[in-house]
Amino acid sequence: MIRSGKWRGLVVPVALVVIAEIAARSTEITSDTLAAPSAIIVAGIKAMGDGTILAATGQTLATALGGLGLGLGIGLVFGILLGIFPIADRLMEFSVEAFRPIPSVALLPIAMLVFGFGYRMEISIVAFGTMWPILILTRSAVAGIEPRLLEVSRVLGLGLFARVTKIVLPAALPRIFVAFRLAAGVALIVAVTVEIAANPLGLGYAIMSAQQSLDPALMFALLVWIGLIGWGLNMLLVWAQSRLFGRAAIVEAAQ
Amino acid sequence: MKGARIAWFAGSIAVGALIVVLWQFAADAKLVSPVFLPGPDRAWTALVRGFASGTLEPKLLGTIERMFYGWLLASLVGVALGALIGISAVARAYLAPMLEFLRPLPASAIIPVAIALLGLSEGMVLAVIAFGALWPMLLATIHGFAAVEPRLYEVSRALGLSRWSVIWKIALPSALPDILAGMRLGLTIALILAVVGEMLASRDGLGLWILLSARSFRAPDLFAGVILLGLVGFVSAMILTLIEHRLLRWRATR
Repeated sequence: MIRSGKWRGLVVPVALVVIAEIAARSTEITSDTLAAPSAIIVAGIKAMGDGTILAATGQTLATALGGLGLGLGIGLVFGILLGIFPIADRLMEFSVEAFRPIPSVALLPIAMLVFGFGYRMEISIVAFGTMWPILILTRSAVAGIEPRLLEVSRVLGLGLFARVTKIVLPAALPRIFVAFRLAAGVALIVAVTVEIAANPLGLGYAIMSAQQSLDPALMFALLVWIGLIGWGLNMLLVWAQSRLFGRAAIVEAAQ
Repeated sequence: MKGARIAWFAGSIAVGALIVVLWQFAADAKLVSPVFLPGPDRAWTALVRGFASGTLEPKLLGTIERMFYGWLLASLVGVALGALIGISAVARAYLAPMLEFLRPLPASAIIPVAIALLGLSEGMVLAVIAFGALWPMLLATIHGFAAVEPRLYEVSRALGLSRWSVIWKIALPSALPDILAGMRLGLTIALILAVVGEMLASRDGLGLWILLSARSFRAPDLFAGVILLGLVGFVSAMILTLIEHRLLRWRATR
């Protein structure tokens, strides 16, 4: 029953592609802005074959993951501390709320000044962008831990480190993973945005240069490819989430 | 109870002030090169000077205007389209998979396409903002409409309500929390895309201002611009929270 309904999701996209192909064939105008789906596929296969897309993908994913790792570390440390110590949380409230709304790309010029172009500049911006969702969600996940678990840790006389690794992290992990999944999406978005705006690296730069060299087929091929990567990354993490945490993740995510 | 809250808030502002003081010390002691990190005093002077000379105000307004119109356009289109798709199970079955596939696409990746179609124009920036901010609202509206308690639809059928009043009186209020959450996300995206769009298309605004400041090594101006952008994000989110509280007052659970 479920499978039989799936084809309906494909009707509209396939129809759109067919219409675009027919429109492109019937007009037969060489355009600097649009390309026929068949030309896009050819351009995509060609760029895939000579390795340019794969190299750019590697650069984008490396910076996205590097920034994500850094943002995850910082966000986790602060999120756990603020979650465990409500006093610190209340005292930091204003500072967190004052820094959080700064749009990550606004840091681009600062990072450009400090690091110049390259990986470090992009990684620092991705780290800033991913740090906040992880911090905020970790904080609430830790603060929402069953209080009796913390009483147990007190009775057992656990130190702060043991309390975090043995009680807090395992209890908050499903919700922290949800935060990680969100942040991974943010990481890819920020990385591509930084590349499009300034940094001569990766897929974002590749798609900008395809546009500037008036190669619409390659441009759209890259757009589709970026979409596929975003989609694939999301699917991978959703799969990992249900695999690792099963029902717990679904229940926690619904809250 | 209320007094304690205010005391805590005052305490947290004091901590914020302490961070600014530390920033000042770090800058004065030249722990970080003053080329990168001006002290808060120099950033503040740049801010005051920018407003006094009248250069910053049009840039601030330009960015706010761009962000607001793009977001508004996205809200209207997103909620209207989302309502049309969400109310009908058939439309959902045909369209939702495609929309879900497009959701993780970084909105900024559409910028080159928009440049190719519209050039480096104001319309291009607006189109990109609207497109990027559209997704969270569209999907939230579809989800909100799909998640309406089925018995409410049965009630509306028993009452003989028209399709229009079903949308207006039942589905829309019931989907409102989802829609507002989508609008909040859309606002963040709109600000980011406004900044990026200004940088790429050289439209007069804070995004271009901070980029040019960085290129000519005017760090105090750069920090003044970043502070203003943070303020724009903060104030716009706060306004939306106020609207949310007003609109959702009827919800007993909140």
